[in-house]
Amino acid sequence: MPPLPPDEELVRRLRAGDEAAFGLVLDRWSPGMLRLARSFVSTPDSAAECVQDAWLAVLEGLDRFEGRAALRTWVYRILVNTAKRRGVKEGRSVPWSSVGPEDGPTVDPDRFRGPGEPYAGHWREFPAPWPTPEDATLAAEVRAVVAAAVADLPERQRVVLTLRDVQGYAAAEVCSILEISPTYQRVLLHRARASVRGRIEDYHARAVTP
Amino acid sequence: MTDAEPLDCDEFVELVTAYLEDALDPADRQRVLDHLDLCDGCSTYLEQIRVTVRAVGDLPEPGGLPDAGRQRLLDAFRRGV
Repeated sequence: MPPLPPDEELVRRLRAGDEAAFGLVLDRWSPGMLRLARSFVSTPDSAAECVQDAWLAVLEGLDRFEGRAALRTWVYRILVNTAKRRGVKEGRSVPWSSVGPEDGPTVDPDRFRGPGEPYAGHWREFPAPWPTPEDATLAAEVRAVVAAAVADLPERQRVVLTLRDVQGYAAAEVCSILEISPTYQRVLLHRARASVRGRIEDYHARAVTP
Repeated sequence: MTDAEPLDCDEFVELVTAYLEDALDPADRQRVLDHLDLCDGCSTYLEQIRVTVRAVGDLPEPGGLPDAGRQRLLDAFRRGV
């Protein structure tokens, strides 16, 4: 995909009513926005409505865009706010101001030797290496496991993982979109990755011991 | 965690993300590297986290907006909302 024009040019063209410029950002960012919206709301239709509402809010607010954040960050922030509101209305989302369940170890403590045992804090048994998914069936099964694991994450972890590891955004942009601190962003990412890893591990363990 | 105590595995697994994000101070980063040199279990764990990150990145992209929705937005743009 060719790079988009720089923000300054994009904003100028959008404000001037350049439809091609709007089509460009609409088509470039909507797939990622749909995926992100899906992290907050319960159905694909609802996600599509969120994205449409967000774009309408973007059009209405374009004159107020000050360029303090990147245009994409600003658009995503509007989407997040739209999606959060809808998620709360659907009874799916909890306000992000409340404290989430983000304490405690990410790996079952029983996997490690306990205090008083020799080598306390070390693995009882090393994690078993995973097979390389050479054949397509196994790869597809792992993909399904990963998709289900992501879907089952608590909302904040799912949202951060989606932005970071699915869409490949940098930590700083994710903090800016979600208006969270770098430390909290990392905690959420850490818990999300550990949790998805655990699901892949469980899948492989089941596959070798039927 | 500023002392030079060697890491235990149960601590290592909680530092993996900060390590990958390059968010550790030099002393802790060194403790992670020293631990990795000695511990095959944690090397495997780290590699599996990397595999997990790649697997999440390989999830299929959802399509774009439905055509009708896209058209509505283009219309709204043309009208100046």
